[in-house]
Amino acid sequence: MSEAQISACPACLAAPAAGSAAGARDIQDARIVLSLPTAHCAACISAVERALNKVDAVHSARVNLTLKRALIEADESVTPDDMIKVLEGIGYEAYELDAGAISATQTDRNGRAILTRIAVSGFAMMNVMLLSVAVWSGATDATRDMFHWISATIALPAVAYAAQPFFKSAWSALRVRRLNMDVPISLAIILAVGMSIYETAQSGAHAYFDAALSLTFFLLAGRYLDYRTRSVARSAAEELAALEVPRATLVDGTVRPISEIAKGDLVRVVPGARVPVDGVVTDGASELDRSLLTGESLPVAVGPDTVVSAGEVNLTGVLSVRVTAAGVDSSLHRMADLVAMAETSRNRYTSLADRAAQVYAPLVHILAFVAFAGWTWATGDVRLALNIAVAVLIITCPCALGLAVPAVTTAASGRLFRAGMLIKSATAIERLAEVDTVVFDKTGTLTTGRPELSNLTAIEPRARGIAMALAAGSAHPLSAAIYEACRKADVIPAKLSAMTEIPGHGVEAVFDGKPVRLGRATWIGAQPLPQTATYLQVGDGATVAFAFVDHLRDGAAQAVEALKAQGKEVILLSGDAPAAVAEIAERIGIDAWEAECLPEGKAQRVGELTRMGRKVLMVGDGLNDTAALAGAHVSISPASALEATRVVSDIVLLGNSLAPLGEAAQVAKSATRRIKENFAIAAGYNMIAVPLALAGFATPLAAALAMSFSSITVSLNALRLRARKKVT
Amino acid sequence: MNVLVYLIPVSIFLGGIGLAAFFWSIRSHQFDDPQGDASRILTTDYDDHPRED
Repeated sequence: MSEAQISACPACLAAPAAGSAAGARDIQDARIVLSLPTAHCAACISAVERALNKVDAVHSARVNLTLKRALIEADESVTPDDMIKVLEGIGYEAYELDAGAISATQTDRNGRAILTRIAVSGFAMMNVMLLSVAVWSGATDATRDMFHWISATIALPAVAYAAQPFFKSAWSALRVRRLNMDVPISLAIILAVGMSIYETAQSGAHAYFDAALSLTFFLLAGRYLDYRTRSVARSAAEELAALEVPRATLVDGTVRPISEIAKGDLVRVVPGARVPVDGVVTDGASELDRSLLTGESLPVAVGPDTVVSAGEVNLTGVLSVRVTAAGVDSSLHRMADLVAMAETSRNRYTSLADRAAQVYAPLVHILAFVAFAGWTWATGDVRLALNIAVAVLIITCPCALGLAVPAVTTAASGRLFRAGMLIKSATAIERLAEVDTVVFDKTGTLTTGRPELSNLTAIEPRARGIAMALAAGSAHPLSAAIYEACRKADVIPAKLSAMTEIPGHGVEAVFDGKPVRLGRATWIGAQPLPQTATYLQVGDGATVAFAFVDHLRDGAAQAVEALKAQGKEVILLSGDAPAAVAEIAERIGIDAWEAECLPEGKAQRVGELTRMGRKVLMVGDGLNDTAALAGAHVSISPASALEATRVVSDIVLLGNSLAPLGEAAQVAKSATRRIKENFAIAAGYNMIAVPLALAGFATPLAAALAMSFSSITVSLNALRLRARKKVT
Repeated sequence: MNVLVYLIPVSIFLGGIGLAAFFWSIRSHQFDDPQGDASRILTTDYDDHPRED
């Protein structure tokens, strides 16, 4: 990962502003948290920690590999930008995260509460199992009764504490007259414990304390896996929001949260920062990068009276903007309305687990009831009938089903997380597996939105040297591209004097007593080319054009190739000009493309494909993609996308490369296959065990064996997904 | 069989110690980074002396 790629990310363009804003605000404790999407092994931990600890002002730095984060304790003088530079220096991508948001997830009570419940149920299960083994191997009479009573004293409080999450969820489902997976679970646990206590009091032979506890234990394990997958994704997604600048700087220098900015205020936007509000420029000249809003790759010149929108990035000069709309009224937020309409289609998706539960829960209850009614009718012995009905409930209890989905999604998300993808939605993997059409956005997604100089070799050496020296004096992306290309070609910069940047136009200086200028065609007086270009004039001589092409994002071609190889149709929809879109489509191997799409147009196109029965994967980063992302069957956006865009995406790419897309689609496919296999395994066990239970042959030992074996096979099957060699 | 009078409480007590130790390890953040901890054992950084905190 070169330095250039990192600065290519639009969010990082905004980072200098974030840094200065952070300096202005009170720093409670100089805790810096960085996201490290590319860290993956022991050597990474060492390298990162060593590099950070070498900085004097850093007190301690620790890498959390599970969450791919570095936590830094440092003096207040240290800014996250310094740390990011240190890590870029040793070749690691790093993004700043909001320390405040993370401390909230660290004291993550929920996760720990589930772990504690697992510990309690595990402890109780093992103790009761020891006593049960004695009973199964032949303890009788008073000894058996005593063992049962001891089991009861351990099991009752343990179940009452550990199984609470199931009781709560079942109760909330029943209150609205619905059935979920937790209803048969809770019923089985309560009936098993209740009936066992009754049996114990009657000196009965069978008690199911161990079954109730191991049921709780295994199901909690599934719950924890599920929770863990989602909490990692959720917290990381929330923290990505820290890349945004939720503050605006007023012209008098005070920094205020966006929510306190009113219509009519004057806001200052420095070069490199994102425009925080909708407004009209009152003072200053500059160029704006609108790619996130419209998909245009060319910067737009702005001056007094130009209308600007929130989300655009200021490139060259300082601007004063009179606010016309801020916060909820801004164009950023109006996009959200488009999203809300599109989102309803997504919510209709029912996950495999839910579909299984809808069939399974009533079936189990009917079976248990049939067993109870049948045996009562046949023998007239209510106690025996109840015993058998409870055995049926326990044996059919969806222990393996409860593990079937979370174990697989955990393994799959873990694998995708290591490949640099964050799964935000629980059903994203299932939906991704069904995709047959992939729609890409261009600017910011397939391309980095960063120009690349294409005709350096056609330019004479003297002009190269002058252009390089002039480009060094400006932060404009085209200048940066010229400088970078010249540096790579070992061009020696010319010696210039009196260099000044004229915001919105270009750079001028004096070379050998002659004025030299690099900038826009209109300013230089050159004949503009049809593509992105900047122009150089030395003295009164002829103008020299520097032409640019879009820089392809890493792995873009690879991803498109991999997706096509999997038989998916790839489409390119862009808001940019046809020439630029056609050029990229050809370079990357996409046959179907459309240019100059409006945001509504993209969403409509995705909607059309959906109505044709296609399952669409939308990959995009801009606000103009947001509605399409929300309307698609499943959506992916890069970490550099705006917050609003990432929010509607199911999957966020953490790194700079698009290459993991191909792998993601494959992993999703095999994950869905594993889930279905797991359902089959669980059903298979039930097919053997249920007739036995119905016939009255089920013993607590048989129940314990069936439960453990099905849970373990299901988990092992899920782990196959993780173990398979990574395709790189 | 009288030995059970001692053995059962002893076994439950020992199990309880394990449970208490697990609670302690959860509270002291030892399960925050399982993947990192698994990798850290492979580094040679603090082989000669422990880390100075």
